[in-house]
Amino acid sequence: MRAAWPLFLAALAGLSLLSLMIGAASLSDGDGGWLLMVSRIPRTAAALLAGAGLALAGVVVQQVVQNRLVEPSLTGTPEAAMLGLLAVTLVAPGMAIAGKMLIAAAAALVGMAGFIALSERVPRSDPMLLPIVGLVYGGILGAIGVWAAWLTDLMQYLGTWQLGEFSGVMIGRYEWLWAVALLAVLLWVVADRITILGLGEAQARSLGLNYTQTRGLGLVIVSVLTALVMVTVGAFPFVGLVAPNLVSRWRGDNLRANLPLIALGGGFLVLAADVIGRVIRYPFEIPAATVFGVFGAAVFLWLLHAAPRRANG
Amino acid sequence: MADRCVPWLVLALVVLSVGFLAWHLRAPYGFILELRGTKLAALICVGAATGAATILFQTVAMNRLLTPGIVGFDALFVLLQTLLVVSLGGVGVAQLPGALRFVVEALVLMAAATALFGVLLRRDASDVTRMILTGVVLGVLLRGLASVVQRMMDPSEFAVVQQAMFASFGRVDVGQLVAAALVLLAALGWAMRMAPALDVAGLGRGTARGLGLNHDRVVMISLMLVAAMISVSTALVGPITFLGLLAASLARHLTDTHRHTVLIPAAALIGALILVAGQFVFERLLGSQSALAVVVELFGGLLFLWLVLRKGKR
Repeated sequence: MRAAWPLFLAALAGLSLLSLMIGAASLSDGDGGWLLMVSRIPRTAAALLAGAGLALAGVVVQQVVQNRLVEPSLTGTPEAAMLGLLAVTLVAPGMAIAGKMLIAAAAALVGMAGFIALSERVPRSDPMLLPIVGLVYGGILGAIGVWAAWLTDLMQYLGTWQLGEFSGVMIGRYEWLWAVALLAVLLWVVADRITILGLGEAQARSLGLNYTQTRGLGLVIVSVLTALVMVTVGAFPFVGLVAPNLVSRWRGDNLRANLPLIALGGGFLVLAADVIGRVIRYPFEIPAATVFGVFGAAVFLWLLHAAPRRANG
Repeated sequence: MADRCVPWLVLALVVLSVGFLAWHLRAPYGFILELRGTKLAALICVGAATGAATILFQTVAMNRLLTPGIVGFDALFVLLQTLLVVSLGGVGVAQLPGALRFVVEALVLMAAATALFGVLLRRDASDVTRMILTGVVLGVLLRGLASVVQRMMDPSEFAVVQQAMFASFGRVDVGQLVAAALVLLAALGWAMRMAPALDVAGLGRGTARGLGLNHDRVVMISLMLVAAMISVSTALVGPITFLGLLAASLARHLTDTHRHTVLIPAAALIGALILVAGQFVFERLLGSQSALAVVVELFGGLLFLWLVLRKGKR
C-alpha cells in the first residue's frame, strides 16, 4: 500500500499541471506568465482547497453523527449558510467579505445544530434513514431561502451560491480559501479525539473525552469549512461523502493517517471535475459542481449497493 | 364514511373553481374567463395527476413516504425532453405540434420509467429505506445529467427546452392542455379499473401472488400509469416535489381506507384542491404567484419529516 502514495501524488501533480495548461485563453500568446499568475494558479489552488475543505468537513460530520452516508450538504449546512448570506445581503449589503464569512459560518452552525438535534430523534437502527432526513431538512431550509429570495428579487444571487464553480476565481478573490489549510492542521491535531467521538457518546465519555466540547469543536470546524467554500466558490454536493468513503474503503479507518489522503483526495476530485468541465464543451465551461454532481451521485449509488448488508441492519 | 368523502371533495372543488373564475370579475368577461379557465384546467390536471400517481406509486412501492417526485420521475422527464431536443434539433422540436410532442414524450417516459423503476422496485423491495435513498440519489443523478446536457446545448436550442420545462400556469399551451387532459383521463380510468387489483397488490408481493394476482404485471402497468400522469404534470408546470406526498397523505388520513376506488379519486381531488386554493390565495389575495410551488415544498417537506420521525418513535 505504501507504493500507492507516490503514485497518487504523481497523479495529483499531473492533474494540477493539466489544470494550469487548459483554458479558453492560450498560454503561448504573449502574456502567458501573467495569465498563470492571475487566473490559472489561483483557480487550481482554489479547486484543490475547496475540495480538501469539503472532504474534511464530510469526515468530521460522519464521525459526529456516526453515519457514513451523511455529509455537510445532507445536513442543511450549506442551505443555512445561504440563508445567513441572504440576510447579510438584505440588511448590510456593503459588509466586508470577512463579515459575510463570519455570519455565513454562524448561520451554518445554527443549521447544523438543528440537524444534530433532529438526528438524535432519528432511530439509529437504519443507517439510511438519517441521510433522507438530512436531505429533506436541507430542502426545507432551501425552500425558505428561495422564498425569501423570491420576495426580495435576489434569485440570481442565490444561483451563484447554489452552484459551485471556479470560472470567477482570480488572484485576490479566493485567498480566504487558504484558511482551509489552517483548519486542516487543527483537525490533524485533534484527529484522535474526533475518532473517539465516532464511537458514540457513552464510549467517548468513558474514555475520558469531554464529549460536548469536542463535538462542539467539530461542528464549528465543519461550519467554518462549509461557509468558506460557499462564500468563495459556491456549494458542492457529495464531495464530503465521496472522498472519505473512497479513502476508507481503500485504506481502512485510521483517521489520523487518512486525513491527508482524504483532503488531497477531495482536492483531486474537485479539480478533476473542474478540468473536465473546462474541456467537455471547449471553449465554454460547465460548472464543476454540475460535473461533480453526476459523478458523486453515481458513486453514492454504488456505495449504497456495494455496502455489505448487515444482518438485521 | 369513507365513500362519503369523495362527493364532499367534488363539491369543495366545484365551489372553489367557481370562486376562482368569478372573483372580482369585470369586463371583458370572455377574455378573462378564457384566461382563468385555462389556468384552472391546468391546475386541476396537475393536482389530480400528481395525487393519483402518488397513491399508485406508494402502493406498488409498499411505502407511504415515497412519491414519484422524490425518486426523480420528473427529472427523468426533463432529461428525456432535453435529449429529444438534442437529437431532433431545436427547430425540429418546435415544428412538432404541442399535442403530438406531448404524446411522444409521454410514451418515451413510460418506457424509460418502467424499465428503470421496475428494476429498482424488484431489487430493493425488501429494504425500504435503501430504496428511498437510492431513489432520491437517482433523482439527483438524473437532474445532474439533464443539467450537464442542457449546458452543452446551443443557447437557442436551450431556449426551446427551457420553454418546455418551465411552462408556468400563466401561459399554458391549449393544444398541450387538451392532450394532457385526455392522457390523464385515460390513465385515471385505467387506474380505477385496476383498483381492486391494486388493493390486493398493496398486501405485498408474496400475499398478492398467493391470492392469484399477477403482481409483476400490476406493478408494471401501475408504473406506466404513474409515468403517464407525471408527464402530464411535469409537461404543464414543471416539478413540485412534495405536492404528491401532501395529497396522498391527506387522502389516506381523511378516507381512512385501503380501497383504491376511494383513495385514487380522493387523492386526485385533494391534489387539485391544494393547487387551486393555493393559487387563489397567492394570486388573488396576496398578489404574488410563483411562490406557490415553494410553499407547497415547504409544507410537504415538514410533513415528510414529521412522518419519518413519528415512524421512528413507534
